[in-house]
Amino acid sequence: MSVAQANTVIMKKLLIFSVAMFGFGFALVPFYEKICEVAGVNNLLKADTLTENIQVDTSRWLTIELDANTRGLPWQFKPMQASVRIHPGEMVEVMYEVRNNSDREVAGQAIPSYSPQLLAQHLKKLECFCFTKQVLKPNEVRQMPVQFMIEPSLPSNVNVMTISYTFFELSSESADTGGKAKPI
Amino acid sequence: MSSKAVATLLGTLSIAWYSGMVMAAADPYQLNFQQPNSTIAQQTYDQHIMLLWICLAIFIGVFGVMLYSLINHRKSKGYKAANFHHSTTVEIIWTVIPFIILFAMAYPATKTVIAMKDTSNPDITVKVTGYQWQWGYDYLIGEGAGISFISRSSTTLDQRNNKAPKDEFYMLRADKPMVVPVGKRVRLLITSNDVIHAWWVPAFGVKQDAIPGFIRDAWFQADRVGTFVGQCTELCGKDHGFMPIVVEVMEPAQYTKWAAEQKAQSAKTVVDVNKVFTLDELKADGEKVYAGNCVACHQANGQGIPGTFVALDGSKIANGPKAEHINIVVNGGKAGSAMAAFKHLSDVDIAAVVTYERNAWSNTTGDVIQPSEINAFRK
Amino acid sequence: MAAVHDDHAHGHGHGHEHGHDDHAHGPPKGMMRWLTTTNHKDIGTMYLWFSFSMFIVGGLMAFGIRAELFQPGMQLMTPEFFNSLTTNHGLIMVFGAIMPAFVGFANWQVPMMIGAPDMAFARMNNWSFWLLPPAALLLVSAFFVPGGAGAGGWTFYPPLSVQMGMGMDMMIFAVHILGASSIMGSINIITTILNMRAPGMTLMKMPLFVWTWLITAYLLVLVMPVLAGTVTMLLTDRHFGTNFFNAAGGGDPIMFQHIFWFFGHPEVYIMILPAFGIISEILPTFSRKPLFGYSSMVYATASIAILSCIVWAHHMFTVGMPVTAQLFFMYATMLIAVPTGVKVFNWTATMWQGSMSFETPMLFAIGFIFLFTIGGFSGVVCAVIPVDIQVQETYYVIAHFHYVLVSGSLFALFGGVYYWLPKWTGHMYDESLGKLHFWLSMVFFNVTFFVQHFLGLAGMPRRVPDYALQFADFNMISSIGAFGFGLSQLVFLTVVVKCIRGGKKAEAKPWDGATTLEWDLPSPAPYHSWVTPPVVK
Repeated sequence: MSVAQANTVIMKKLLIFSVAMFGFGFALVPFYEKICEVAGVNNLLKADTLTENIQVDTSRWLTIELDANTRGLPWQFKPMQASVRIHPGEMVEVMYEVRNNSDREVAGQAIPSYSPQLLAQHLKKLECFCFTKQVLKPNEVRQMPVQFMIEPSLPSNVNVMTISYTFFELSSESADTGGKAKPI
Repeated sequence: MSSKAVATLLGTLSIAWYSGMVMAAADPYQLNFQQPNSTIAQQTYDQHIMLLWICLAIFIGVFGVMLYSLINHRKSKGYKAANFHHSTTVEIIWTVIPFIILFAMAYPATKTVIAMKDTSNPDITVKVTGYQWQWGYDYLIGEGAGISFISRSSTTLDQRNNKAPKDEFYMLRADKPMVVPVGKRVRLLITSNDVIHAWWVPAFGVKQDAIPGFIRDAWFQADRVGTFVGQCTELCGKDHGFMPIVVEVMEPAQYTKWAAEQKAQSAKTVVDVNKVFTLDELKADGEKVYAGNCVACHQANGQGIPGTFVALDGSKIANGPKAEHINIVVNGGKAGSAMAAFKHLSDVDIAAVVTYERNAWSNTTGDVIQPSEINAFRK
Repeated sequence: MAAVHDDHAHGHGHGHEHGHDDHAHGPPKGMMRWLTTTNHKDIGTMYLWFSFSMFIVGGLMAFGIRAELFQPGMQLMTPEFFNSLTTNHGLIMVFGAIMPAFVGFANWQVPMMIGAPDMAFARMNNWSFWLLPPAALLLVSAFFVPGGAGAGGWTFYPPLSVQMGMGMDMMIFAVHILGASSIMGSINIITTILNMRAPGMTLMKMPLFVWTWLITAYLLVLVMPVLAGTVTMLLTDRHFGTNFFNAAGGGDPIMFQHIFWFFGHPEVYIMILPAFGIISEILPTFSRKPLFGYSSMVYATASIAILSCIVWAHHMFTVGMPVTAQLFFMYATMLIAVPTGVKVFNWTATMWQGSMSFETPMLFAIGFIFLFTIGGFSGVVCAVIPVDIQVQETYYVIAHFHYVLVSGSLFALFGGVYYWLPKWTGHMYDESLGKLHFWLSMVFFNVTFFVQHFLGLAGMPRRVPDYALQFADFNMISSIGAFGFGLSQLVFLTVVVKCIRGGKKAEAKPWDGATTLEWDLPSPAPYHSWVTPPVVK
């Protein structure tokens, strides 16, 4: 093989490699989501199922703060109570209220966020308004439940935590092309 | 020429010394971290000092050898070069020793990192929201729960633009500081309304990015009373440099008093909602609100900044239907727009500023928006 | 051996039929020479002049920044314009000045040092250079479009970068073009080094500069496409309604930072590894003693490159990562100090018991080791999370990375220029002016950046156009230093222009301690060198 041919072979390999790395940049997106899911950082939009019977640990009290935010949509959004005190393993339901202040129909998607982050690994949500997009008619008021349980495996030094939701407006086109993490 | 460099350097130093005598807000020659006011900040301070000593020791070791060599092993002194070019023993030694030093550095740091993340057992929980370009504080749990306010820089545009004198607190004060009691564990929930900000108070050793759509937590426990200042530390646009964080640490009794006052005040603003104002009253109030919230982007003349911030003078929104105008002020522009939501302002303020915008410059709608309309809009 | 040469000339001819005649007659005259050239020396020269002009443009931006920060209060510009200046200063210095300068060195030196007649793909070499001026034009002209140039920091963090006007799109396209140019350049360099070494030049006999560039080029091919991917995602988020980094659509703005720094941290080493290479050439020459620990230098370079790919999140210790992730990135980051330390120790051992003389390249090399080590120390300080959380996004970090990039990469580049100027131009440069340039740079650099450590520790954030009065004195000192440092570079320009236009005739080997292949060529190096490859024993 001549030097020129050998050169071309190396060039082709490197070109393929760089195209692959370009793809790798995009592959990092699902990869990142997978890591977050495994680490329990941002498990956003999936309902959990309970596989086994979990014992309620009545010896421990946990304070769960409820937080609500809206961004870029004419809604008023608040928890019906600022915080709840529960036991690990206990199934609880809390209510949020959302009100559409505008004269048009608006679709919104709630994105949850937890603090401290390790809460996400121990939080089992059976029902949540964040699993689907919410469409509110003009001036509609809606009360929405979140049903959850915190596993007794939660480290014993954690006793105060926050469940937060932020509603974002879904414009009709972003709802279609939003692609990833589409609301179920 | 190099004597010129020395002269420049001396000139620089004397100018610096001189100007140091003129202004003395804080120590202008502070060479180290601020004095810590929490356990975490103290640990950080100590670790930094330890790191400096280790670095200094290595520095003296390595450069001492090099300096000896530079002085003695010169061609001009007739020194004949040796010809060695490797020594496995020596190379292994100076690979292993750094490992040991690094371990000594990492061990205390690891303990501090774990302590930083432990936000359990708070006495007070405060939600901190970054806005372009101000901070919002909501006291969620603990004494003072329910208090909610916005904190803006007290530095005026005139001071910034050298049209008014700068006092010793230039850039270091906010109209409403965050207030916490001394010796109590404060848990912070940090988030953002628009872009990424970062909440930093050096004396507490807390720096946490505020990320839109997510909450992150941090904590501190102040050891002594006083006023502690930090700044936004993540580039967040135009006025990133002008959103100070001011935390007032008080004795618990004083804090209780402050909390009661805040509650009383917010009760008062609820009463105001049904008051009816005249166009002139609202315009006068609105101009002040505008100067505090809107002028940075939309400019005093309402022309905005072409290409970046839209003009209000003659705009469709300020001259169109009232509801749309109120909506964009309260809730902000569409996602991705630079227009922030101002729902944290009181009903009176929003009514005033919307009235002002609809009747200022060449806008002459004659509309008078009452606080009750804003209140109704929010419901 | 002859067969190798024939094959090569043949292959070369395929690449550019028109250029074939040039081989016999030397370069054509005028503008067309530079537009159409496929000669590695011409292209290297263009890279170096391009990067110098970008250095001036980025330097003028730094002048603007330091002038505004000379005193508290807003004097000269609006905060938006200040943000555009900091953003574009960073982008232009990284992608326009430092990186192309090293590619220029690679173009000039790699073929001469390994005994190859030219780069492997001469035509592609021409393309990769000529992509740069349009990209630079895009970056600079963004200042004149409505909304101004991108002002969200050179790191493009969303959602801020999503708010920007069309200046941001121009920035993104410029980065695409610069990235394509870098990838093509790297492919060329890798192929040249792997395939076109003179007979007998085994990998472990290559000069260290060639080694560092080989590793750098691999890093570039590895991470540049990732950057291109990230900014493409940003572009589609801005204009096509995707939600990669938008929490509203299930994306995550922090993910951008992860992907960006997956590119960004290796990028830092892309800018410093070739500098290590240049220093490792200069030091043995002027110590008249072989490099100490050649093979451990090679292994250290490779381990730095590998480690650089797993430390990216140390740029993000304040975003609120899980504690295990934070600790992992802290330990990995600290590990980099080990191979870096090995390099500094090896350089010291190279000088030990040498027979040293202190011409300008040697001064810059010693200045490099001294100041780079200070930057390395502040790097270790920054690796320790509690301290990093305090200094993140403050002037301490600014001081840290200017110590490794200005007194690191830039000083190595200056040293390299002085070292090889006699070979490139055939003339000796003006030694006393060169020394003056070194001392001015050394003094003003430290005046500018050393005080910034104090500013950062005391609490001054970076990227702010204004500051509290307590920071006034150090900022003024820093600004004066910056003006001095900028003006000192005119001395450099003078030396280079003088050297090109005339001066004492340079011998083939003006430095008696030099050992690498390029010194076997006459000075100036002929337009076509090593047409017959040398045999390395």
